[in-house]
Formats: sequence, structure tokens, C-alpha cells
Amino acid sequence: MLLFLLRRLGLLVPTFLGVTAIAFALIHLIPGDPLELLAGERGIDPERHARMLHELGFDQPLWRQYLDYIGAVVQGNLGTSLITRQPVLDEFMTLFPATLELSLAAMLFAVLLGLPAGILAAVKRGTVLDHTVIGISLTGYSMPIFWWALLLILLFSVQLGWTPVSGRIAVEFYIEPVTGLLLIDTLLAGDYEAFRSAVRHLILPAIVLGTIPLAVIARMTRSALLEVIREDYIRVARAKGLSPLRVIGVHALRNALIPVVTVIGLQVGTLLAGAILTETLFAWPGIGKWLIDSINRRDYPAVQGGILLVASVVMLVNLLVDLLYGLINPRIRHAH
Amino acid sequence: MALLDIEHLTVEFGAASAPFRAVDGVDLQIDAGEVVGIVGESGSGKSVLSLAVLGLVDFPGRVAARTLAFDGQDLLRLSARARRRLTGKDMAMVFQDPMTSLNPCYTVGFQIEETLRVHEGGSRATRRQRALDLLAQVGIPDPASRLRAFPHQLSGGMSQRVLIALAIACNPRLLIADEPTTALDVTIQAQILGLLRDLQRQRGMALILITHDLALAAENCQRVVVMYAGQVVESGPIAAVFAAPRHPYTRALLSALPESGTGQRRLATLAGVVPGQYDRPSGCLLHPRCLFVSERCRLQPPGLRPVGPQRQARCHTPLDAAGRPTDD
Repeated sequence: MLLFLLRRLGLLVPTFLGVTAIAFALIHLIPGDPLELLAGERGIDPERHARMLHELGFDQPLWRQYLDYIGAVVQGNLGTSLITRQPVLDEFMTLFPATLELSLAAMLFAVLLGLPAGILAAVKRGTVLDHTVIGISLTGYSMPIFWWALLLILLFSVQLGWTPVSGRIAVEFYIEPVTGLLLIDTLLAGDYEAFRSAVRHLILPAIVLGTIPLAVIARMTRSALLEVIREDYIRVARAKGLSPLRVIGVHALRNALIPVVTVIGLQVGTLLAGAILTETLFAWPGIGKWLIDSINRRDYPAVQGGILLVASVVMLVNLLVDLLYGLINPRIRHAH
Repeated sequence: MALLDIEHLTVEFGAASAPFRAVDGVDLQIDAGEVVGIVGESGSGKSVLSLAVLGLVDFPGRVAARTLAFDGQDLLRLSARARRRLTGKDMAMVFQDPMTSLNPCYTVGFQIEETLRVHEGGSRATRRQRALDLLAQVGIPDPASRLRAFPHQLSGGMSQRVLIALAIACNPRLLIADEPTTALDVTIQAQILGLLRDLQRQRGMALILITHDLALAAENCQRVVVMYAGQVVESGPIAAVFAAPRHPYTRALLSALPESGTGQRRLATLAGVVPGQYDRPSGCLLHPRCLFVSERCRLQPPGLRPVGPQRQARCHTPLDAAGRPTDD
């Protein structure tokens, strides 16, 4: 088990290198530099421009800049934002809880709805219910996020006025961050009015962000369960005189969960990618929106650091998923 | 009264307008403590018949019968819940492929104790003890450690022993063994069959042994039922059927045994396969493959009729002791 963990951690090194190289290359491919954008309409004296580029080290060849950057990262220094002059790590850690809260809510929505929908569709296969689930999940999967978000905002925020259009919480509330997750912090502060406001702000973005994972999970659960139901051991379970609920819930689901857990893990990546769009649409003050802003400002350290940190989160989640397999499937546990 | 009483049992699949009859009007009575073999090729409906008895035929399969009674209870009229109380307790089944019949996610102990818990309740400690006893009874060495084993840690023969322990956990009065040794090595086959016979004698339970191997039925059963394309074509005491088969199909099965082919250059076989949904012949279902086919066989389906003491055959011209067709 320990060996397995070490091997998995060792594999992270080349992945990190790859991610940083790509992030570094891509951001430098975009024309313009942070100084030009800072200067804006006023323009900047070429001599001053060159001096500042030199101070920031941007006049070095790219490979040199890359090596310097890697060297700093290895020492735990992700650099400081060119715009805010704040350490990138601090900025990330301030904003990450917002994204985490949104992603967790979206995943919860997707799993709580997707698993039962997939199970129902599999158990009632070939019926209207089954076709409905497949149809809806295909629609959900194919729907462009931005369009879906706009539709929901138009209906629930504009027409019905049930939910706010944007933000994390109404302006009149100030909650001292403890965990950074507003739902928890408001409860810790005992401010139920603020809690309700946070929930109302969270619902629409969570639904928008959770729609694709929901569709994927429902379809995966259905097909995995259909496959497992045909297995011999399911017939044996039924021949024992177990109730259908127990046959599905205890014997079939545990086996079907193995591929579903994989998919849920992979969806975390999709979720973070989707968060960029969703956060922008709902003005959600998280990592996604911060990354977009940083790209627009050519804030190289912020973009590189942000991508690196997001990639780390994704890799961490995948590692967790791998460890989860062992819990679900004894064959894997014993193989290590 | 028979323990299991089946009269005109039919299992159909597919559209109601053009159904496929996997089991076609089968009559079968099994007495308490009796060992009966059901023999036939693949596709003859043996397995579907036993699944129908246990109530495991899934939608869209349809089960119908004039009588389907276990110990005097009409199984078709029982609620699903009442029927599940019988299945796994009073009638149990051992399946063909032991390596895929245990749930890979749970320990052997869990899977045996689960049956006990559902049917008999009792405390955790008594269930554990019962599971230990059962594993010992089916000849598993070091049962205490096997209880904690996962299925992938067991061999095929060991898995089949576990599945037998599982089936006899609640002292069933009827055990159906559906080709219990097909997936196993020959030496293990003999052990497993010996185990099944021992358990049957000790507990006085009725045993239905489903097999495509006539020799295996001959060694272990008192009575044999030969099935073809969902129908019973011959039944009777094993020795009599073996000595002088009355149905051409039984005769063909017997002469296809390697033992009967000694001294001949080629093993006798029966050309063709069991008819499926779309090639079901008119008249006698065997006629395209029968050596003694006549015009009447092509037109008129034969009924099952007595052909000797406790013997029945479904043939217009049952064979005589010398293996020649007789005209009635």
C-alpha cells in the first residue's frame, strides 16, 4: 500500500513538469505583455518599458525564464502577481474556497440526482422512465453551459425573481471567513439570514456547473448497473431469496460503483474547467474568474501559478479516487 | 403427495404473437428425498425450467402452468414476498460456473451469513458459527480463515463448495444443481458430486441434478427425465432407461457417450442442433434429426405416453428393447 502510494506520488513529478511547461508556453504565446496592458492608452516610453522588462526578468530567453520559474516553484515560491503585488499562493488560497464551495455543491447535486436516476433507469430498463433519463442526460450533456446558465437566470432570477443574478451573498452581510465556505461560515456565525442568502446565491451556479457531471454520472451508473445485473452472482443473490432492493442495493450497486467512482473523479477536472465559465457568468468570486482576469491582464505569475494549483487539485482528486477503488473493490486492495 | 408437483409448465419469451417456448408443457413430480436427473443438450430448457421453479425467470419471460406446487403450496399464487421466503430456504440452487457466482466484493462469510440472516435471523454470533459449521460440512479445510476470504482468493472447486454451503444453509428440502461440475476439473467433479450425494443422503433432501452428461446422471440418480427443445421426451427409472431407451433421442444421447463408442472408429453423433425460435419444425420436434423419421412424424406432434412400468416417451414409434422402432 505504501509502495503504491509512493509510486503514485512519483508519477506526479513528470505531470507537474508537463503542466508548468504548457502553462508557461501558452501564456507567452499570447501577444502583449503586462506592462503594455498596465500602461494602457497612455502608452509607455520604450526605454522605460525595456528597463521594467529587465527588472521583471522578461527580457531573458524563454527557457531561462522557465528554469528560473521552476526553481522558484520547487522552493515553494509561486511568485507575486504583477497587478496586485500579492503572492500568487495567497490570492489563490483566498479565492479557492469559493470555487471549492461551488464545485462541492455542484458535485453533490450531480451525485445525489445522477446516481438514483441511473439506478432507476437501469432497474426499469426499456420503460418510459428509462428513456426519459437517457434523453434528459443526453440533453444535459450536449447543452452549452453559458446558454443553459442564461436560460436559468432568465427564468428564475429575472422572470420569477427567486434567486439573485450574481455573487456569493447579498452585500449587506459580512461574514468573517473561518473555513472560507460561506455556507459553513454563516452557520458558525449563527447568522441564518446570511445562510439563506448564501444558499440562494449558490443554487443556480451549482445547478449549471453540475449539469454535465449529472448527465455523465446518470448514464454511467445506468450502463454499469445493467452490466452487473447480468452477472451470475446477481442470479445467485436472487436465488438466496433476497428482496429486489437488497439485490440491487447491496450486491449490484457495490460492483457498479467502481466505474462510476472513476467517472466522478474525472468529472472534478471538468468541474474546475466548467467553473471558469460558470464563475464568469454568475460573477462568482472564485479561481475561475480570477484566472480569466489574470489572463486578460497578462499577469504571468498569477496565470502560471493558478494553472499549476488547479492541476494539483485535479491530480490530488485522482489520487484519492485511486485509493477509493481499494475500499470498494477487494481485488484491487489485495493486488497491492 | 409429491414435494414438487409441476403440471404443464410453460415458459415463453418474446412477443405474445410469436413467442419462443423455452419450456413447453413440462410435467414433473419430485418426491421428498428423491434424486432425479434432468438430461438434455444445451438449449433444451433444463436451466429455464429450474429458474421457473425458483421464481427467477425475469420479465419479459412468462411462466404459466396448470400446477406449480411445492409442498402443497401453489407457487404461482403466492405473493412475491411469500415466494422469496421459500426460495433460498426450502428450495435452493447451485449454479454452473462457481468462479462467477460469488459476489467479488464480499467475503465468503458475509455471503453465507446473509442467507441465514434473511431466512432465519438469529444473532451475529450464531450465524457466524453456523457458517463455520457449513464450510466444515462441505469439506473446506480451515473454515475460520476461509470465512474472511474474498471469492478471488478461492479456486473453482473451493468456490463451488462455498456455493453448496450457501445453498444448504437453511436446510432446503429441494436442491437443484444446474450442471454443478461443468466448469470444474474432472477430479474435482467427482468430489463435488460425491459431496452433493452425501449431503442429500444425510439430510434426506430431494435433489434435481441437471446435466448434459447421461453417465453422470446414471451414477447419481434414481430417475431420469430427458428433455429436448423444452419438452420432456422420455422419463423413467435410470437403469431401465439406460438399458433400453425408448425414445430415439435418448438412444442417440447414449450412443454419443464415449464409453459406448469403444471399438468403433468414429463416435456416433446426432447431426444438427436443438431448434431455436425460428426453425421450430412441425410435427415431432426431433424429426429433422431423427434416424427413424416417418411421414407421420413430420405432420403430427407425438404426445407423452406410457411405454412400460413408470416409463414415458414422446414418440409415435417408441423403440423396442433391440433399438428398433415399433408400430403401435
